[in-house]
Amino acid sequence: MNSSVRSTGRLAWAAFRALLVLTLVTGVIYPLAVTGVAQAAFHDKANGSVVKDKGKEVGSSLIGQSWNLPGSDKPDPRFFQGRPSNSGYDPRATGSSQLGASDPTLVKKVRKARASVAAFNGVPVSVVPKDAVTGSSSAIDPHISPAYADIQTARIARENGLSAGAVRKLVDAHTDGRTAGFLGQPHVNVLELNAALRAAARN
Amino acid sequence: MSPILADVLQLIALIGALALVHRPLGDYMAAVYSSKRHLRVEKWIYRCVGANPAAEMRWPAYLRAVLAFSAVGVLFLYAMQRLQDKLPMSLGFKPIDPDQAFNTAASFVSNTNWQSYAGESAMGHLTQMTGLAVQNFVSAAVGIAVAVALVRGFARSRTGELGNFWSDLVRGVVRILLPIAFVSAILLVAAGAVQNFAGMHEVHTLSGSAQHLPGGPVASQEAVKELGTNGGGFFNANSSHPYENPNGFSNLLEIFLILLIPFSLTRTFGKMVGSVRQGYAILAAMGAIWLAAVVVVTVSEYAHPGTAAQLAGGAMEGKEQRFGEGSSSLFAVSTTMTSTGAVNSFHDSFTAFGGGVTLLGMMLGEIAPGGVGSGLYGMLVMAVVAVFLSGLMVGRTPEYLGKKIGTRQIKFAACYILVTPALVLGGTALAMALPDGKEAMTNIGAHGFSEVLYAYTSGSNNNGSAFAGFGADTPFFNTTIGLCMLLGRFLPMVFVLALAGSLAEQTPVPATAGTLRTEKPLFTGVLVGCVLIVTGLTFFPALALGPLAEGLS
Repeated sequence: MNSSVRSTGRLAWAAFRALLVLTLVTGVIYPLAVTGVAQAAFHDKANGSVVKDKGKEVGSSLIGQSWNLPGSDKPDPRFFQGRPSNSGYDPRATGSSQLGASDPTLVKKVRKARASVAAFNGVPVSVVPKDAVTGSSSAIDPHISPAYADIQTARIARENGLSAGAVRKLVDAHTDGRTAGFLGQPHVNVLELNAALRAAARN
Repeated sequence: MSPILADVLQLIALIGALALVHRPLGDYMAAVYSSKRHLRVEKWIYRCVGANPAAEMRWPAYLRAVLAFSAVGVLFLYAMQRLQDKLPMSLGFKPIDPDQAFNTAASFVSNTNWQSYAGESAMGHLTQMTGLAVQNFVSAAVGIAVAVALVRGFARSRTGELGNFWSDLVRGVVRILLPIAFVSAILLVAAGAVQNFAGMHEVHTLSGSAQHLPGGPVASQEAVKELGTNGGGFFNANSSHPYENPNGFSNLLEIFLILLIPFSLTRTFGKMVGSVRQGYAILAAMGAIWLAAVVVVTVSEYAHPGTAAQLAGGAMEGKEQRFGEGSSSLFAVSTTMTSTGAVNSFHDSFTAFGGGVTLLGMMLGEIAPGGVGSGLYGMLVMAVVAVFLSGLMVGRTPEYLGKKIGTRQIKFAACYILVTPALVLGGTALAMALPDGKEAMTNIGAHGFSEVLYAYTSGSNNNGSAFAGFGADTPFFNTTIGLCMLLGRFLPMVFVLALAGSLAEQTPVPATAGTLRTEKPLFTGVLVGCVLIVTGLTFFPALALGPLAEGLS
């Protein structure tokens, strides 16, 4: 065996050992250390911010859900509805439609969504906000805009036998402004709002 | 508060934070790569590797070590994916197919993190944690090491020695990436990112159906994914997934992490060549291009041209409500102007000009501020070209930082610059000539072409983001984009290290009245012009067929 083959072999062996030891440091020790601190200091968040209703786990405050009637693709009028989702809010298949801003398929989808959101809530199409007719990036967006919550309040009040004022109060209580006042956009958490709505309707 | 004011405040907060931190971090990194002392854990690692960290390497030896380490990385990652069903914590997932496993291995080792798989439905926790995330650390450290070797080429004289690769690699991981990633990961968990080892967790929703909530060591991977400008999401939705990026604060933190090391390395460069003002000239060129792109994309997304966006009343398709147009645009520019490729919104659904600028950001070679290490060496190669052009204008032998820029140096710089356009345009042309290109498009017409162009641009420049309507998981694309990623990463490194070696051998030329003042704003201007002209001339025809045709039609 000539010396260049030997030295290449030696180098590859050193590289392999370097990879193994760095795998131990960055691939085992590091994530375990982060997990240890995270589980001790932020137990609920590290485990997915699970929301409970009457002691039962009903979802995560960070993961949007479908609010369709059971076993149907029709929206349940008793609940606030979230944004259109590319996967029907299945966290096992996240991602968006990927359609371009001028794409004819997207134009059709938006037009249909505008008409159905307006009809479902009994409002004119001109007040349907953009987040109500566009698919989110993750397909599990947990939030809607305050404007989209607003056009749903009359329907929600009627279907749940509550006053419009009471529903509006619930929406306000579950609306978050921009983080720290200037990061991102104001948003309403749909699951938390619907959970509060259910509790109010039960009483 | 109006959305515009909020976005301006966010931009000011981001720039302020970077301005505060880049100095101490840049100085610290210069000290790390200049120090003669070894930490105890580092000595232990060197013993395991069997390397002498004090042994200086000339450029061929340095390059061989880079290539050997990366080749082993590709093989290891390939094997791990192929055997994942036999490994613990596989979550029941099958082995990854050979072509996709090659693509993914090439992708993570080359710091690209192009993903033709969907994390939540393909990769087990062990593959993510001890395979993919490890490359997030080490591929970043390799990038910084090569940049530091080039800086040493400028800083040293009458020697061919560029430092020791093993020492640079280990120090980058242990002293720079690990501590910052650890703190950031905890901050991300505090914001709501998950960090556990659970699999899918079934819950019964209020509306009476079942939902499966994912688990995994997400925050630890998310932190280094941004810090190392890698970009490979734990989940398919990447940083738009609420478990990766839960709120406005985590979003800003992630953008900050993406930009942190690339911008700070300019200070490291200035410090190591003995003039921090040289570093500021480079920083100014990077910052100017980045800021201009942020403005253009943000304005375009708010203006929302495009039939569907107009009808909807805003360009919110593929964007999250908690972020909106402004925070999505800032993320999009920062991720494509570096080699990150993480996304908090899908670029495929951006307006034609917004999406076009993200494409242009990568075509510029990702140097504003670029990937960790690769951004600095990319911009320094452009600086060499800019010095050469300036020298031609005044008719004297150009020099940069006291080193003559002669035929040899310009040949290396030219070869460096030619690699990615050859891969991008060659790859796109091949895909469009074969039926594969058309079959992979989600969109039609000019936007469909943009999807293919974006894929090869992203791969060859080691970005990893996508116009993700592009159906990338075919043997043809897995193979060709995989090769583009490897060649786009390691061929330029060959030329960078060769350039570094040729510079380190020189005897410095003393500065005279006729020397080009490369620390002045005038040079920054020349440098920015040089970057734009070189890229513009190379890619304008391709851009005209894609985003420009779409935006103007």
